[in-house]
Amino acid sequence: MADLGCTIAGIESINPFWLASAPPTDKQYNVERAFAAGWGGVVWKTLGEDPPVVNVTSRYGVHKDTSRGILGINNIELISDRPLEVNLREIEAVRKNYPDRIIIGSMMAPVEEELWKSLAIKIANTGVHGIELNLGCPHGMCERGMGSAIGQVPQMVEDTTRWVREVVDIPVFTKLTPNTTDILLPAEAALAGGADAVALINTVNSIIGVDLDQMAPNPVLDGKGTHGGYCGSAVKPIALHMVAEIARNGATKDLDISAIGGITTWRDAAEFIALGANALQVCTAAMLYGFRIIEDLHDGLSDFMDAKGYKSIADFRGRAIPNTVNWNDLNMNYDLKAKIDQDKCIECGRCHIACEDTSHQAIRMQANEKGGRDFTVVDAECVGCNLCQHVCPVPDCITMVPQENDLPYLTWPEHPKNVLKAVE
Amino acid sequence: MGEHPVVSKTGKALSAEDIAANFEDLHPPLNAEQVSVEASRCLFCHDAPCVAACPTSIDIPKFIRQIATGNLAGSARTILSANIMGGTCARACPTEILCEQKCVLNTGEHDPIEIGALQRHAVDHQIAKGGPHPFARAPKTGKSIAVIGAGPAGLTCAHALAVQGHTVEIFEARQKPGGLNEYGLAAYKMAEDFAAREVDFILKVGGITLHYNQALGRDIAFADLQTRFDAVFMGIGLGRPRKLGLAGENLGGVMDALQFIEDIRQADDPAQMDPGENVVVIGGGNTAIDAAIQAKRLGARSVTLVYRRGPTQMGATQWEQDLAAINGVTMMHWAKPERLIGEDVVHTVHFERTCLQDGNLVGTGDHFTLLADRVYTAIGQELYDQGLASLRCESGKIMVDEAGHTSLPGVFAGGDCIASGEDLTVQAVEDGKVAAAGIHTYLGEQNG
Repeated sequence: MADLGCTIAGIESINPFWLASAPPTDKQYNVERAFAAGWGGVVWKTLGEDPPVVNVTSRYGVHKDTSRGILGINNIELISDRPLEVNLREIEAVRKNYPDRIIIGSMMAPVEEELWKSLAIKIANTGVHGIELNLGCPHGMCERGMGSAIGQVPQMVEDTTRWVREVVDIPVFTKLTPNTTDILLPAEAALAGGADAVALINTVNSIIGVDLDQMAPNPVLDGKGTHGGYCGSAVKPIALHMVAEIARNGATKDLDISAIGGITTWRDAAEFIALGANALQVCTAAMLYGFRIIEDLHDGLSDFMDAKGYKSIADFRGRAIPNTVNWNDLNMNYDLKAKIDQDKCIECGRCHIACEDTSHQAIRMQANEKGGRDFTVVDAECVGCNLCQHVCPVPDCITMVPQENDLPYLTWPEHPKNVLKAVE
Repeated sequence: MGEHPVVSKTGKALSAEDIAANFEDLHPPLNAEQVSVEASRCLFCHDAPCVAACPTSIDIPKFIRQIATGNLAGSARTILSANIMGGTCARACPTEILCEQKCVLNTGEHDPIEIGALQRHAVDHQIAKGGPHPFARAPKTGKSIAVIGAGPAGLTCAHALAVQGHTVEIFEARQKPGGLNEYGLAAYKMAEDFAAREVDFILKVGGITLHYNQALGRDIAFADLQTRFDAVFMGIGLGRPRKLGLAGENLGGVMDALQFIEDIRQADDPAQMDPGENVVVIGGGNTAIDAAIQAKRLGARSVTLVYRRGPTQMGATQWEQDLAAINGVTMMHWAKPERLIGEDVVHTVHFERTCLQDGNLVGTGDHFTLLADRVYTAIGQELYDQGLASLRCESGKIMVDEAGHTSLPGVFAGGDCIASGEDLTVQAVEDGKVAAAGIHTYLGEQNG
């Protein structure tokens, strides 16, 4: 059996699955239920100085597919609305009750050195394993100069990280907002400030939908709505990209990464680890299904590692990074053609119409003798774009077959049709 | 819906409550959640095989997508623009041999999309919400058309003509409209008086007048209609049940299955009906099945359906045959009736076993009898000659061209009285639609 233990910022965790700073980690009751279920750690819901914030009633909106599946949630909840002292005492209690589990204290404060330092010290004194700086919350708190209002200014990211780094002797995680044009700027700032790890992504700024009867954004509170933070499986691709950028960037590649963003299944978890994550944080999936999803996250990841012969997380961490390259490094001579398995085809015509209407007219539809339709690829027209493969509802019915051409690996900068190359 | 069917566990007669439960909706409508899940399963096929399998060519992927997106009114318009009786067809169509049989998910996932149930959801929504008719009439053309028969073909033709701006008068021989939708389908397929509600909906388009108790040849003369109207559509059905042609056929207790079904449909309280104690049904089509199951659901002690050929030759679909079996109907294949015995009332039916010999059905010389105090015959209907001598007929059906035009100028026909396809509501609707288009073109040509 593979060892799912992991190390991030020097912290050793029994498994890489932590709950992110959010409603599921707001109090002792929830956190202890999570630990009982098997989660390796939690990032406690973000703490601020008293008086506590006051939350509104309706806090979530969802983005659904047509078959009741939830693609993403957005929320307009603020940080912990319970007194700081209550949270600190509960953290201490859980540390005592679950000594083998990790608790990271999340915090935020206005951009004043003393406020950051004094709060960080209070939290560190509870015995947490580390401090996470919430520089990402894109709703509510940012209007008060905190959260993403800090995370979007690299200098402030560096300053707040340094302030906390200076007063605690435990690892500091800087949590980044995706609501920025280049994730490397805040990541590098966190590094400059002395962060032991970055945590990303925080939620994506969003309006989840519009109530067309009330003509207001969801969730609607007394006729009004506001933008919120988008999370869940829909944001996973954004998170994967940002994690990969940090992991393959020269300046930041040695930063430990606590990856967050729509992790729902063990496969999602493995993908983030393959792109360089040291540990993972989950929120939305637990909010949708409860803490027991940890069972399959754990089991599935373990089986995957066994099947691939990976004995530890470190064995495959970052394995996909060398293969994550710029477009300019792709092989222009690589040639794929779609191939339709006629025995598997159920004749839905989705590949044909996708190609015919929106692509390269490379899938022919012809009536056959049995009264059905045959769908065949016209190789001369197929550019190997994969669209047909993706719209096909039948697993493995359409495959993309590499064409033998004996041509060398050729990138765009070296390509004869590249004008810049020609000038050279 | 409770446990269906309710059968006697004690040998005692079913209570009125049991029988009422047995005549509730055979398939209760899907709830909103089921609809959402089912509609989302649809692959939205291109040039979908299900559409090709529908005699009325409803754009099924489109209407299902409209359900999935919450556009129920649009979904209903998609269905009704191709098939104004989409509500009845959703309930009564043998979808297992039409659209659902061709659903690609039979291959992909084993179970097809429940197209009929989804169609019912959209159409029922439209009918229940009321409001303006989904189809507006074109400006009046000044043309008037006589439609004979207010069955599916006649009503569909009338509706389509009314939409085109023509004025329509329907002459119906009976007291109610709907034809076999009203009189000939099993009660649990058309629960809550759906046939009548659907006709009300169809007539709301305007421009259609219905005359009841007006039988062709009895109350109205064909020639008179030809003179008074710019065109005539005949949706007269077949009208006369085939007889066995056997001794004892006129004994008490022997009756046409369609009449039995009609009696149930028209009864204020089916529980008051006496279906017979030991029932024999003769025939292999859906009408035979409908009669057999309903007899059982009314509390008949034993019901035996006897068909002269095998299960695969039955007109009833496999699904219908299974339904009969579930309801406790005994199916006997390869046997034909020889004579019916009784004093005033039938007592025994004599049968001879049959087999195929060089492709011909022959008796084996092996005989048996069944005790029966009630025999329902369902061996098909034939065209009842109602003074149609001048119309060209072939094989007992009125001949029409591709536009539904008969051998007489300005006279069109559709439904069971022509040989267009299976004798199904959905085919009659298509015939009515085709003939309405034919009539519209014909009237335009008359103007030119």
